[in-house]
Amino acid sequence: MLRKKECVAMLLAGGQGSRLYALTNHIAKPAVAFGAKYRIIDFPLSNCINSGIDTVGVLTQYEPLELNEYIGNGQPWDLDRAFGGVHILSPYQAKRKSSWFEGTANAIYQNLHFMKKYDPDYILILSGDHIYKMNYAEMLRAHKETGADCTVAAIQVPLRDAPRFGILNTRADGTIYEFEEKPKAPKSDLASMGIYIFTANKLFTYLEKDDADPNSSKDFGKDILPAMLAAGEKLYCYRFKGYWKDVGTIPSLWESNMDLLGEDPAFDVGDADWKIHSRNPLAPPEYIGTGAVVENSMVALGCEIEGTVRNSLLASSVVVEEGAVVEDSVIMAGTVIGRGARVSYSIVDENVVIEENATVGSAKGAGSAIAVLGRNIRIGAGARIEGGKIIDKDYKGE
Amino acid sequence: MANTVGVIFSHIGDENLPELSRHRTMASVPFGGRYRLIDFALSNMVNSGITTVGLVTKNNYQSLIDHLGSGKDWDLARKDGGIILLPPYSDETDAPYTTRLEALMGITGFLNHRSEDHVVISDCDGIARMDIADIVRFHEEKGADITMVYHEEAHVDSSYYIILSPDETGRVRELKINPRVKGTCNLYVNVMVMSREFLINTIQDAVTRGFSSFGRDILAKNVDTLKLYAYKFEGYHASVNTIQDYYSHSMRLLDKSVRDELFGARDIYTKIRDSAPSKYLTGASVVNSLISDGCIIEGRVENSILFRGVRVGKGSVVKDSIIMQDTVIGTNVHLGCVITDKNVVIRDNRRLAGCEALPYFVSKGRML
Repeated sequence: MLRKKECVAMLLAGGQGSRLYALTNHIAKPAVAFGAKYRIIDFPLSNCINSGIDTVGVLTQYEPLELNEYIGNGQPWDLDRAFGGVHILSPYQAKRKSSWFEGTANAIYQNLHFMKKYDPDYILILSGDHIYKMNYAEMLRAHKETGADCTVAAIQVPLRDAPRFGILNTRADGTIYEFEEKPKAPKSDLASMGIYIFTANKLFTYLEKDDADPNSSKDFGKDILPAMLAAGEKLYCYRFKGYWKDVGTIPSLWESNMDLLGEDPAFDVGDADWKIHSRNPLAPPEYIGTGAVVENSMVALGCEIEGTVRNSLLASSVVVEEGAVVEDSVIMAGTVIGRGARVSYSIVDENVVIEENATVGSAKGAGSAIAVLGRNIRIGAGARIEGGKIIDKDYKGE
Repeated sequence: MANTVGVIFSHIGDENLPELSRHRTMASVPFGGRYRLIDFALSNMVNSGITTVGLVTKNNYQSLIDHLGSGKDWDLARKDGGIILLPPYSDETDAPYTTRLEALMGITGFLNHRSEDHVVISDCDGIARMDIADIVRFHEEKGADITMVYHEEAHVDSSYYIILSPDETGRVRELKINPRVKGTCNLYVNVMVMSREFLINTIQDAVTRGFSSFGRDILAKNVDTLKLYAYKFEGYHASVNTIQDYYSHSMRLLDKSVRDELFGARDIYTKIRDSAPSKYLTGASVVNSLISDGCIIEGRVENSILFRGVRVGKGSVVKDSIIMQDTVIGTNVHLGCVITDKNVVIRDNRRLAGCEALPYFVSKGRML
């Protein structure tokens, strides 16, 4: 039998996600909960298995414990394989040189031996920061058809947002002639999605060159792609049409969650043809009580709701007691919202206790900002947390 | 508790629930929004540290195999043990078994190959969270030959049960099979423990004597000579014998104390389907109901249980009903005291009603 994988995926999951503040105090960004039952990393992992890619290296660095535990042997994504499957790749001590991952390219470089073990023709580079459904097999087909050395997935963004992204400047045939990282005066509205397919040997060559260059910041966008362009390699743009969201900030994480709601949602996680797999909570069906009101919301298993829930997402085993109101909010697993409490326009992390008659956040509207509560904390009875506040310690009130 | 092996009868009681077990075994009858009856027996065993469970099947067990898969969702995909399927065995002369005792005769090979000291044998009709380890401890303390688990209950049709009369030490002094008695009685809940060696010897003895009924030939005839003990189970227990039982026990899950008792302290495992969380649309109104994942609700749901992937359209009212997996309810439908099996489609504007004593049942895959 040929011990070979055509395409190996490398998923960069080491980022801290510092702009998510309290939500990433103790977990890596890809482990952040999303959509009432998922975690961000479920999306690239599900995309891999749904695209027929069954060998995935997950590169972890920042607070890897919970992420490692979540991925486990990969069984929830059907990625527990005798040959291939999902592998956690952490920084390691080596005989000659030991170091943390210094940049995205360096992280991949330090795991050359992992990729080479599968004798791959192509390497797919992914990041664990985005919410989207994408068939990587189609991108791979495009990569083969164009005979590219590297294909970069890109999505059209409003031109005014372009300075926040890595922008691809392309010719009419789709080849890339320039890559600009966060340009002040963008020439195009094609934003890099941080998804690359490399012809394996080219990637290995440029990673080795890059590692030898002491002036390199060892980053794909800043170093590898420009170096390949400068050397005249063929870089193609693959245009992705569909939902794609970077959930690296509190507002974007909130918005992306809300995009799941409604009959015809902007982003559908219930699509039977493209299932999003995840490690499932063990819980009975949710109970909606006699006096409860639940509207335009998503509620996961194990919740017990006696109060009012509107325009919100409740992850597993959340309790909303009688008279409590949750509106325009994202509530993560195991949180309890006490009698008469009110949570508005907030993101509340796991296992928070909001005692009775406490108020968290202020009503969504012009000028209001999202309140954030970190995990495992307690908000005292009658306490008041203003909109826009970020709290990661117990708070008893004034 | 590595010294106990489990045996589960997947089919016993099938004939009592023809509506739900026509296309499946008793074990795979859906219950409580996302479970199958076998999940309770299996989870109780797993939570008590049992890692090997022999599953006795008879016929129509395709849905059961589909439910169990490799056993991984119960932590029973094991190199040593795990779930071991025991399909009917017969040579050219024998027909497949018809009684519990004949079924046990068919699994002596399995029992001989195990090394555990004890065997716990369970049917799938019981809904309870039971600590098997505690029953085995009782069994050992009493030095019993057989320990039978019972539950004290009033107002039940005793003719479905074996009724036990234990003395103050727990020793069974009288045992009646399917009697008609009034008032409170001690129902045997179809869970028993005995040593593996005792079970194997008993089966061999029964083969040579030509016995056919475990209850009549082994238990009832030997009440005086066997060390037959009764273990009282004090927790919540419901046994599904008829479609009316099925309906009323399902509805009791709407009571928080029942849910806490069944699901509170330990997990009840079941097959994972990776459904999205349920969506409640604008205009939805849900009260006093259990909703499983993957549902999309736009209408009103009241005092009901919705299984995975159910859709309730705009203007529809689902009341006092049990709606199984992937049922699609159109717009302006009215359902009262209805049980729909899996994959039922109820078209717009239909009205269906049963009553609590006789819920209206819609069989699997029907379109109304």
